[in-house]
Amino acid sequence: MSKVYIIGAGIHPFGRTEERSGRDQGVFAVREALNDANLEWDDIQFASGGSIAAGNADVMINDLGLTSLPFINVFNGCATGGSALSTTQNAIASGQCDIAMAVGFDKHPRGAFNANPKAFGLPDWYGQTGMMLTTQFFALKLQRYMQLHGISRETLGRVAEKSFRNGERANHAWRRTPMDLDTILNSTMINHPLSKFMFCAPAEGGVALVLASEKKVRELGANAVGIASVAIRSRPPGSFEVFAPSMEVEDGGKPTILASKAAFEMAGIGPEDIDVAQLQDTESGAEIMHMAENGFCEDGDQEQWLAEGRTEINGALPINTDGGCIACGEPIGASGLRQVYENVTQLRGRGEARQVRGKVKTAYSHVYGAPGLSGVAILEV
Amino acid sequence: MTKNLQPIASGLWSDEAQPHLLAGQSTDGRIFFPIPEGDSGKNLEVIKLSRTGTLWSFTRQDFKPKPPYDGPEEFSPFLLGYVELPGEIIVESYIIGTTLEELKIGMALEFVITPFDEKRSTYAFRPEQTL
Repeated sequence: MSKVYIIGAGIHPFGRTEERSGRDQGVFAVREALNDANLEWDDIQFASGGSIAAGNADVMINDLGLTSLPFINVFNGCATGGSALSTTQNAIASGQCDIAMAVGFDKHPRGAFNANPKAFGLPDWYGQTGMMLTTQFFALKLQRYMQLHGISRETLGRVAEKSFRNGERANHAWRRTPMDLDTILNSTMINHPLSKFMFCAPAEGGVALVLASEKKVRELGANAVGIASVAIRSRPPGSFEVFAPSMEVEDGGKPTILASKAAFEMAGIGPEDIDVAQLQDTESGAEIMHMAENGFCEDGDQEQWLAEGRTEINGALPINTDGGCIACGEPIGASGLRQVYENVTQLRGRGEARQVRGKVKTAYSHVYGAPGLSGVAILEV
Repeated sequence: MTKNLQPIASGLWSDEAQPHLLAGQSTDGRIFFPIPEGDSGKNLEVIKLSRTGTLWSFTRQDFKPKPPYDGPEEFSPFLLGYVELPGEIIVESYIIGTTLEELKIGMALEFVITPFDEKRSTYAFRPEQTL
């Protein structure tokens, strides 16, 4: 497969934009990405995108232009953006086209997501009894992890503290006011050990990326970031996943571990080579657990890593430099692409107040969601 | 206490004095709980799961969930967790008869039917009662 590059990145600020539909936020992001790449919509030969709660992506052509391009809608849970990225990458790598657009957007109502059991192949009683909540899953996975690997609640608080601190420095973030550790630890309990300010909230936003072939990059003289690998993996048997009335006794692995290994293998590098990482932080414990699942540290090391500030913007491995989901909120269809947008920003040295010091050569992003699905993308310059 | 209540779903546990959760087992020994609906539930042997197990993880539901949650109008926080039924499967369940502070991973629990609302019952696990 030939190498594919990102030559344009656009974002609609995350949070709440009452006057704009989710799809319009996607259109806004597409225009930003086109501006960034110095291109017109007419130049785009292929597009792929989606949302979970804000409608079909291909309807955007009404606003962007009826150019007859192939536009593939994706509806792939939290990996919607990752799947759009993978689809566009493949379209270019296979030689089908030279220039393509990946887009993700969403707009969710306030409060925790409410899921329909039938859509996940589960019986009604599971939803009726109140056991089908994503917040519970993260608390249950984390409670056990903390006991087995000696992670304190204070460390959970430190993650959120960092998220709000980084969010203050990111124009596209939603929560941009720093919060002290005590306020985070003492906020309303949601599902023990997780309190309110450790969670991300459903939100709105849109992200678009322009991808191009090597030939096109040369032709345009574009400011390009290379895609070293994209890997998406669904769950293996015996993994503990969201919306699981039961699981096998024997631990069989995790989709994140599989996606991470595959992405590193394809890229031909390892976790020690990564300069900046965006990891799924649905809540602060998820960032902790995903640090180990993605191979950046051993289980339990996070306690020391956070105490020493190793994941701060100026630390050894900066994680969630724009404040992640905790500061940006989680519009599901856009969230995975926001991570890639942030990595493109860091690799181009455009992070301003949140720019990681020194030359950023490699960047890693990881998205995770229901019903047990992970997507990893590694970028390089 | 639960005698006049309707089970929240039929076929979830066995109808007997000492009820068991019901699961499906495939010919290669894999256990499925709950028994899947539709084609994926066919060709599974119905088995009774163990009435005792150990706590795998736990949390407390502190806010009233959105629908499809259909619990009592007046919400009170409830405990839930995963219970490992040795050699069988780990099931998600309400945890009753204890407090968050008393819960410890690995503690012994036993199966029990408990009221869900004024009309319906559901299943739970509670700390093993010493006889």
